[in-house]
Amino acid sequence: MNTYDLVVIGGGPAGYVGAIRAAQLGKRVACVEKERAGGTCLNWGCIPTKSLLRNAELFHLMKYRAQEFGFRFDNLSYDWGKVIERSRNVADKNAGGIEYLFKKNKVDYILGEAALERAGVVTLNGKEGQAQKLEATKVLLATGVVSRPLPDLPFNGTTVIGSREAMVLKKQPKSIIIIGAGAIGVEFAYFFNAFGTKVTLVEMLPNILPLEDMEASQVLEKAYAKLGIQVLTNTKVVKAEAGKDGVKISVEGKTTETLEAEVCLVAIGVQPLLPGGAAVKLTSRGYIETDGRYQTSIPGVFAAGDIIGPPLLAHVASYEAIQTVEGMFTKHTPKKVSVFPSCTYCQPQVASVGLTERTAKEKGLKFRVGKFPFSASGKARAVGEVDGFVKIIFGEPQGEVLGAHIVGSEATEMIGELGLAITLEATHEEIEATIHAHPTLSEAVHEATGQAYGVAIHI
Amino acid sequence: MTYIEMPKLSDTMTEGTVVKWSKAVGDSISVGDVLAEIETDKAVMELEAFDEGTLAEIYVNGGGKARIGEKLALLAGMGESAQEKKIDSASPGTQSALDVAKPVLAKSQTTPAKPAHDPVQTVADSSGRVKASPLAKKIAAAGGVDLSRVRGSGPGGRIVAKDLDSPPKEAVHLTATAPTVTIPLALPDGAKRIPLSGMRKIIAERLLASKTQIPHFYLNIEVNAGELLRLRAQFNESLEKAGAGKLTINDFILKAVVAAAAKVPRVNASFAGDAILEYTDVHLSVAVAIDDGLVTPVIRQAQKKSLREISEAVKDLATRARTKKLKPEEYQGGTLTVSNLGSYGIESFSAVINPPQAIILAIGAIVKKPVVNARDEIVPAYRMAIGLSADHRVVDGAIGAEYLAELRRLIENPALMLI
Repeated sequence: MNTYDLVVIGGGPAGYVGAIRAAQLGKRVACVEKERAGGTCLNWGCIPTKSLLRNAELFHLMKYRAQEFGFRFDNLSYDWGKVIERSRNVADKNAGGIEYLFKKNKVDYILGEAALERAGVVTLNGKEGQAQKLEATKVLLATGVVSRPLPDLPFNGTTVIGSREAMVLKKQPKSIIIIGAGAIGVEFAYFFNAFGTKVTLVEMLPNILPLEDMEASQVLEKAYAKLGIQVLTNTKVVKAEAGKDGVKISVEGKTTETLEAEVCLVAIGVQPLLPGGAAVKLTSRGYIETDGRYQTSIPGVFAAGDIIGPPLLAHVASYEAIQTVEGMFTKHTPKKVSVFPSCTYCQPQVASVGLTERTAKEKGLKFRVGKFPFSASGKARAVGEVDGFVKIIFGEPQGEVLGAHIVGSEATEMIGELGLAITLEATHEEIEATIHAHPTLSEAVHEATGQAYGVAIHI
Repeated sequence: MTYIEMPKLSDTMTEGTVVKWSKAVGDSISVGDVLAEIETDKAVMELEAFDEGTLAEIYVNGGGKARIGEKLALLAGMGESAQEKKIDSASPGTQSALDVAKPVLAKSQTTPAKPAHDPVQTVADSSGRVKASPLAKKIAAAGGVDLSRVRGSGPGGRIVAKDLDSPPKEAVHLTATAPTVTIPLALPDGAKRIPLSGMRKIIAERLLASKTQIPHFYLNIEVNAGELLRLRAQFNESLEKAGAGKLTINDFILKAVVAAAAKVPRVNASFAGDAILEYTDVHLSVAVAIDDGLVTPVIRQAQKKSLREISEAVKDLATRARTKKLKPEEYQGGTLTVSNLGSYGIESFSAVINPPQAIILAIGAIVKKPVVNARDEIVPAYRMAIGLSADHRVVDGAIGAEYLAELRRLIENPALMLI
């Protein structure tokens, strides 16, 4: 039997990062992955969708805004197959990169399906069919999640699909109904709409991106209306039927109607993908329960990433895995995720960190808000991206950053500064005292801060 | 040139003892090297280097004491010589560390007044830069807190806002007051004078504060421990077969104390001046006798732990407590305490509350003695005395009684603890 200091089940952003960190600490590590290194993030999530969205942005710019920039395309067209292929190539390259990192760090990368037999023993059904046992002092479960279907509308791979199928559709659908307006639903709505698919986005809650600050959601709703995306908020699916050539979805909201489309993308959430074998204790929502050191109910067996529950984000998963592994092998006391950024890569992008205005109110905190619209930014005008704003929530009386919300073309690249501000407990004074380069979009962070304290120059 | 100062290694620490130096003058030092072992009131901890250089001078030798912030040694940077700093060491701010009272006063007198428009900087102690977040500095400035006396929990000991959160910090509502009457002490021939260790000093301060400021009251019960002994024997027999570690009587009692507290949460609380803080989690402090005193390591979220987990936790904590290897977070933040003197043959006793907690349980030995049963017959039985000391500001007699009734129910029907 092979013996390891750590066996990781799952090769996604929690699994591979945890495995590599343990190897860096001088441990003997194996990472078992049933499909391909990189997990959902790299193969079926973050990375390939960013590739698709880049195509969508460029095509939207050329098709609808060429005149504004003084271009003319007489025979502008696209090759759907190549759009998808580029996205797959990007994912392939990245997955290869992780295998290289495994080699470099001397992590044994094992393709196969693993099950937890008991603390210290992982059974493995290798790709070639041979069963073997791995002995491990510590085990890290990082098996992640999969798309959750609507109760009466099971996935069929053609007309009712999850995000994974949506990014490799062989043929572009003429129409699509997207149920659920979280980050996944909102991003696919932008993507399909840019290429001319008729998109209907259905959300049960009052706003799209319901976890974001309401003002951010509202700006995006307006932008989507302008793009011609039909957005139905406060709307419930009451009946759903899937046929061979399309779907019929009856919804109840402002109006009661039956929507029809070629394809329905169900993006209402995810469900945990538990490893086989010994049962660990679960939370009421079915995720793996862990203690302060990310240990499960079985001593010596740990869990990190999506499988321990929300927030379901790659960067959160990696953080958790590093905390877990350092807690296992060093004197480090693992920390739980507290502040993390959320990003949605439609256009305009939406990015946030910390509290929304709503949650700050619910917590009964005293705060003030600073806001600066990109329409007042020179750089935003120059590049022609004036939608959106920077909004920062400052605690009173000290002026620490409680939360920040950015909507705009490069919002996701700008949120880092405010995450750092929260981590370092910077107050408005430190942001004001920092010279922001001109002309940049990030000047809006400086101006929003000034606006909160009545010292903004450009508004 | 960097001075190495006595760090604040626990919330209650005021001074520390250099147990021994791991480096000698002239040794080159890298970041992270262990320079010395420091004994605090609670534990022996390693003093690590935050800078690199050469150990140029040692001011406090092994066995010597120094107050927090006092200079222990001098670290010379690359290319610096100890001489440059020597001249400086004659100035009033850097007096010998052995002079206990003076340095703090001397420093504050020589601190020049800071400009009024910069409130943030006035909190910085003259002994050097205080590592603190901008938010922490502002909160400290607004509340008049001296940051040099705060221990930072951020990276590299940086003080962050939560380090300044006061409630429910220990000792907030308890200030140790010196006894007003000093009883004269004679030192007869042959008597030994044993200077107080850091730990004894803290025990003296805290327990004096507890007994003089907390209105204690006491409830006592005697429970039938027969069933507990029987169940434990049965468990241990099968555990032995499985090659697993045995369970002690105390493990069962701890489990019962926690389960009863979860059932009667009003005892799992603290008095907070204008409110009572009732805790969701039961963080169980367990009194452990060690060579020169007593520590109370904490089993966190004990209500979520199984009998086996509690058993393992207490074994681990007690072992490390005896070798002084506990980290501060492992003996702070308990919400109730168990003191078990059964193994010393004590049949019953009353314990002093461990502030800011509201109750402490005093567990006696299991004693075989005659009892009158329901049929009026005198029969032998295994009996155990349990004493409860409670803070009357938080817990009234009826609540205390309710808690003990639940505890009795669990100990007399130990199988209930397992479900």
